[in-house]
Amino acid sequence: MADSFSIDSKMSGRRKFLVAATSVAGGVAGVGIATPFVLSMMPSERAKAAGAPVEVDISKLEAGMLLMVEWRGRVVWILDRTPSMLATLEKLEPKLADPNSEKNQQPDYATNRTRSIKPEILVVEGICTHLGCSPVFRKDIAPEDLGPDWLGGFFCPCHGSKFDLAGRVYKSVPAPTNLVVPPHTYLSDNVLLIGAESKESA
Amino acid sequence: MSKQNNSFLEWIDKRFPLVSTWKEHFTEYYAPKNFNFWYFFGSLALLVLVNQLVTGIFLTMSYKPDSSLAFASVEYIMRDVEFGWLIRYMHSTGASMFFVVVYLHMFRGMMYGSYRKPRELLWLIGMAIFFVLMSLAFTGYILPWGQMSYWGAQVIVSMFEAIPFIGETLHNWILGDFMLSDAALNRFFAYHVVTLPVLIVVLVFVHIIALHEVGSNNPDGIEIKENKNPETKIPVDGIPFHPYYTVKDIFGVVVFLIVFCGIIFFAPEMGGYFLEHNNFIPADTLKTPDHIAPVWYFTPYYSMLRAVTVNFLWVDAKLWGVFLMVAGVAIFCFLPWLDRSPVKSIRYKGPIFKFALTLFVISFFVLGWLGTQQPTPLYTLLAQIFSVIYFAFFILMPWYSKIDKTKPEPKRVTK
Repeated sequence: MADSFSIDSKMSGRRKFLVAATSVAGGVAGVGIATPFVLSMMPSERAKAAGAPVEVDISKLEAGMLLMVEWRGRVVWILDRTPSMLATLEKLEPKLADPNSEKNQQPDYATNRTRSIKPEILVVEGICTHLGCSPVFRKDIAPEDLGPDWLGGFFCPCHGSKFDLAGRVYKSVPAPTNLVVPPHTYLSDNVLLIGAESKESA
Repeated sequence: MSKQNNSFLEWIDKRFPLVSTWKEHFTEYYAPKNFNFWYFFGSLALLVLVNQLVTGIFLTMSYKPDSSLAFASVEYIMRDVEFGWLIRYMHSTGASMFFVVVYLHMFRGMMYGSYRKPRELLWLIGMAIFFVLMSLAFTGYILPWGQMSYWGAQVIVSMFEAIPFIGETLHNWILGDFMLSDAALNRFFAYHVVTLPVLIVVLVFVHIIALHEVGSNNPDGIEIKENKNPETKIPVDGIPFHPYYTVKDIFGVVVFLIVFCGIIFFAPEMGGYFLEHNNFIPADTLKTPDHIAPVWYFTPYYSMLRAVTVNFLWVDAKLWGVFLMVAGVAIFCFLPWLDRSPVKSIRYKGPIFKFALTLFVISFFVLGWLGTQQPTPLYTLLAQIFSVIYFAFFILMPWYSKIDKTKPEPKRVTK
């Protein structure tokens, strides 16, 4: 058995070269034939085409209410924040990991304290930046399970990550970054377009 | 008749090594004579594997790997297919029982030092089987496309996003889409019914070949091959696998099947531990269930995943959590080189090892229980403490196994 492994010690230089050349050629062929199989597993053209933006009418959205819409198979939240909800944003800043939204999790027009275009309307992907669960909207203040300091926000039941009412992540929770703000714009006062910044670019 | 049989066997034997293979692996494979009940679990794992393969084939006849049809097709199996409920419960209970017997099989190895030289490779092949088994369990759990299928998969697949640089591309490549969807369900079905079963069958075969090369360990952890009858060259403490251990294993099979049937007929959901309540709700991509936890056999590692809540050394908590979880499984691979004790079996190891192993088992169960619970600050702290104990069992082993006071091993196996 050991003999068959040490056979190349007896090989001539010419034979060694041929073995090496054949191995390299075989390796290249192997990578070549693997390529179509590996690439076949990437998102298909149909999957790529399915990401069309969605229009949402928010005229019926009441203050303090959360609306869920689906965009690219992801849940997007639209939250109309009351003045008292907006007031919590500043108060919570010492507890937040990235209060100024320095990490690139939102378009430029949402890089502000409310992380929104209109201060009261939050548009954010409802997907925890930890492991993709959808956090729960908890507007109740100081509930038993979240402690007396809870001023309302989003709580992820999977691994306990907490976010404020602008989707900004708390310190010392598993989630590393703020919730993602998708590209969006207002087509009119009450019609929101999610997934693109203008009707044309969609 | 018998003469005809013999000539038929001879005909075969000239073309295929039938008799010699039978002898090598059954009637002339000498196993130590002092096996106890812990040695049932290897053959039971094989039994459960066969159960999964057979019931699985019949389930594919009625299941539809399509995100809009999958949930209903499972309900169709449960309600309308003749004996579909039985076949499905045999498969779902079999999945949990697979982990029960494999965990006990691994614990046997840890107690009696079955991973030690010359069985390191045997242990590593076994670990490879364990990885494939976990992948099988994961891909299988997705197929009913219930709430737990969907959100459990979402969590596991999101872990790949934590990998720096290539994370997002890898995530999309695994899913075949930008989010968990029909494309992923379809390919996980392919893995679950083709790729992984083929892999596990091959690995189990290799595991048995490796076992029969080095020979079985035993509760005394001494090598029976070192004491052979000088005339017959048969280990004096060995007995032929067939008929001695085939008969013994049949007894184990009967006891196992009594338990197995008890679960299938009286508690197939096992109070939500084998089949989770939330998985009786079709997948809803807009709403995570209020409480999600993996099936019981993954919960110890799941606890480790969420135990990490602080960023450390330029790496964020999320990636550390994933790393810790993978390490929690992979660290078993290093056991053959971590154990520096002069003896193999717990029977001759000292009090420190016994204490460490006890703590390890406790931490495994506590982490497992915590993984089924909602995360609260207290539970997170407990998960952190018991994760440390879990890893300390392995990391400190080179040190404590060396200084431990061992007893001398006997020359011959004992009762």
